[in-house]
Amino acid sequence: MKRIQLSGITKRYPGTVANNKVSLNVEKGEIHALLGENGAGKSTLMKIIYGVVKPDEGEMLWEGKPVSVKGASHARELGIGMVFQHFSLFETLTVAENIALSIPKDQVGSMDGLKQRISEVSERYGMKLDPDRYVHTLSIGEQQRVEIVRCLLQDVKLLILDEPTSVLTPQEVETLFKTLQTLSAEGCSILFISHKLDEVRAICTGATILRGGVVTGDCNPQETTTDEIARLMVGDDTPLNQDYQKAVGGDVFLQVTNLSHQSDDPFSTSLKNITMDVRKGEILGIAGVAGNGQEELLDMIGGEELGEASVIKFEDLTVGKLGPAERRALGLGFVPEERLGRGAVPDMSLEDNGLLTAYQTGDLVNKGWINRSKVKEFANTIISNFKVKTPDAQAQAKSLSGGNLQKYIIGREILQNPKLLVCSHPTWGVDIGAAILIRHELIKLRDAGASILVVSEDIDELYQISDRICAICDGELSPVAATEKVSINQLGKWMAGDKTPVEDNEQAGAVA
Amino acid sequence: MIFKLEKRPSDSKAMAYLSPVLAVLLTLISGAIVFASLGHDPLGSLYVFFLQPLEDLYGWTELGIKVAPLLLCAMGLMLCFKAQVWNIGAEGQFILGGLGGGFLALQLGDVESYWVLPAVLLFGSLCGLAWAALAAWLKTRFSANEILTTIMLNYIALYFLYYGVHGPLKDPDGFNFPESALFSDFAMLPVIFEDYRLTISILFALFAVAVIWTFMSRAMLGFQINVLGQDPSAASFAGFKDKKLVWLVLLICGALAGLAGVSEVTGPVGQLNPYIAPGYGYAAIIIVFLGRMHPGGIVIASMLLALTYMGGEMVQMDLTLPKSITGLFQGMLLFYLLACDLLISYRIVRDRPVQTKSSSNQQETAQA
Repeated sequence: MKRIQLSGITKRYPGTVANNKVSLNVEKGEIHALLGENGAGKSTLMKIIYGVVKPDEGEMLWEGKPVSVKGASHARELGIGMVFQHFSLFETLTVAENIALSIPKDQVGSMDGLKQRISEVSERYGMKLDPDRYVHTLSIGEQQRVEIVRCLLQDVKLLILDEPTSVLTPQEVETLFKTLQTLSAEGCSILFISHKLDEVRAICTGATILRGGVVTGDCNPQETTTDEIARLMVGDDTPLNQDYQKAVGGDVFLQVTNLSHQSDDPFSTSLKNITMDVRKGEILGIAGVAGNGQEELLDMIGGEELGEASVIKFEDLTVGKLGPAERRALGLGFVPEERLGRGAVPDMSLEDNGLLTAYQTGDLVNKGWINRSKVKEFANTIISNFKVKTPDAQAQAKSLSGGNLQKYIIGREILQNPKLLVCSHPTWGVDIGAAILIRHELIKLRDAGASILVVSEDIDELYQISDRICAICDGELSPVAATEKVSINQLGKWMAGDKTPVEDNEQAGAVA
Repeated sequence: MIFKLEKRPSDSKAMAYLSPVLAVLLTLISGAIVFASLGHDPLGSLYVFFLQPLEDLYGWTELGIKVAPLLLCAMGLMLCFKAQVWNIGAEGQFILGGLGGGFLALQLGDVESYWVLPAVLLFGSLCGLAWAALAAWLKTRFSANEILTTIMLNYIALYFLYYGVHGPLKDPDGFNFPESALFSDFAMLPVIFEDYRLTISILFALFAVAVIWTFMSRAMLGFQINVLGQDPSAASFAGFKDKKLVWLVLLICGALAGLAGVSEVTGPVGQLNPYIAPGYGYAAIIIVFLGRMHPGGIVIASMLLALTYMGGEMVQMDLTLPKSITGLFQGMLLFYLLACDLLISYRIVRDRPVQTKSSSNQQETAQA
């Protein structure tokens, strides 16, 4: 029996049709992929199934019976669990309190019992969680675990996962897949949304592909090539993938020497004796599981946390005591992990968000006065050079899709001609087209002689664009080596805290 | 349901400006109904309330007397609130301005020079600024909550004033009333029209509006204040110095409220007494929100608020209705404004027929 059947689902939003006569079938115990670029209508379809959005037309059958899901709680009653791409957690509450809020009262029981269950479930599925931690102290990866565990705590018949693997290590992804396969063997259906075709091909036995709100194909991904699927996703005009020439950097631009730092926040990771450099004309990639000191390291390099003057140098200048503005003046560009609420002010226009970090560039600001026409010009240059889809430069940052906003933010930093560009998760949750564009721009900037530091949890991406690679674990940095000399196994060990250097004669491992 | 609320893709700019207008209209309609239910001619009553106070030049000048200090305080508070610095202390800064300026005016009572007035105004502003600086220091140095510190500083300021007028600043020839001597003519603000009380403080206020308006829309510091208020994390990421900005907005607000205070004592009051501050610093808080934290809106809101005070007195005199009708109008205005603000982010659309089995008319809501 089919677990869920959608037919002819149409949902219109002002100005666009998000879903146009979409049909989708998921069998009992099937792991079904929903593929498509950002803006293809996947999220809308998910929200329709989850009852958060009402379709304008179409029919939904749940276990053979017509059903109209009245809302998230109704969906949960039916046995539909969902892990959103943007988490819906209260940052000021603990993990256990968040979970207690989202499940029916009679299932909560005592708080201690709930904490026990959280620990058990999270342990069992290899997603270690401390129920007493406050959510605001968790990294994005850890927050996602909360979301997944909260679904698993309830009796789910259909689990919807919106890009669940984007923040996990290869080992964690494997564990998650085992979890999903266990669930599927137990009869739970899974709807798996992802951009990563390899993953989809690894675990999904059915796939529905969306483009521009329309279903462009159904297939069994295990019997279809990645290229064929990708073609259905992006259409015929977009180049699918690119291999980039590795580069050997020149002189050192960023030099970090014996950096140790303990922040005031008790839940942050202390940095221990980090020494590294980034050369001109190269990309250094830092891999690592979320919450192992990446944020702390980037705060130190960006100047939001200050330390000893001499531990961080830009060429010959010691900058450890300089704030972000001073470091930007010396050539720093920065793309933070959070796009909205840090990289961009959600309620401000793109124009103002351009000014946000570019105020020391060109003549946008003259003697403290903003030159509005130059700011507008700057914003429009970003929009056209980086193919940002937006009605105009007056649109609020929050109205853009993740991929488009990321293109805008990357463009804003690159157009300032940085000598050092620091990127945190540059393509997280970004569609293929945008990701290709972003990587391409990073390579172009590298070839123009800039130093680039990329922190990412997407290992494929790091292999693709980094010239040298290393990993961070518990605030300590692994050895650094040329990417082609580091096997994926070696990197995995580094991510887990091992610090054996690469031997020069070691056979290069699988390189993505 | 035929109509439903739908989230706009982007906030409506037109609605942001239209909303207060709509609110005023709704207030007028509701006001008319209130008057009618009390047995008065609705249109006539509205006329008495809103228009009669402004029938002659005298009414306009009296309105200006109330608008000037309200505007000065409100413009300073707008800066603070934009930065999410919840300064409730305009009242205290106002009092310190009046007290400090008044003190100097009394000391210079025998000096017959045109330097006296500028010195008095400057000193009053500086006193207000110093009072705000205390709150800024407590906030930036000790992270003390500015709402609490500024409220407490308001009381301290008030008791300083009481001490002054009951003690060292009391008029020796004043029959022991808690009042200072009248200031000399050289310490008094010139009036704009002969025979009316309105002084040039209204020009200070309008000047402040123009300067701060330009500052907020064109200056990089103004932009930084906006970013800090909307998204502190982005401000820190961009390298804006939050402590510096907190000092800046509080000092400007203190100086403006201080100027309002000293203009009040060297204007319509003419001496120090315990009643120099009839709550302008608090009323200004309402004005900032009513005026959408926008200079233009604040000008209109301050006139409207000044008018509701005058209108309340008018209906008391002419229609023998209680003066508390002032509070009723202010409350309705605020209520309708908040309701209309919903339309900035949402719009009303015709509900399209839904062809699923669903007949549910729940509104779309984001997942809680």
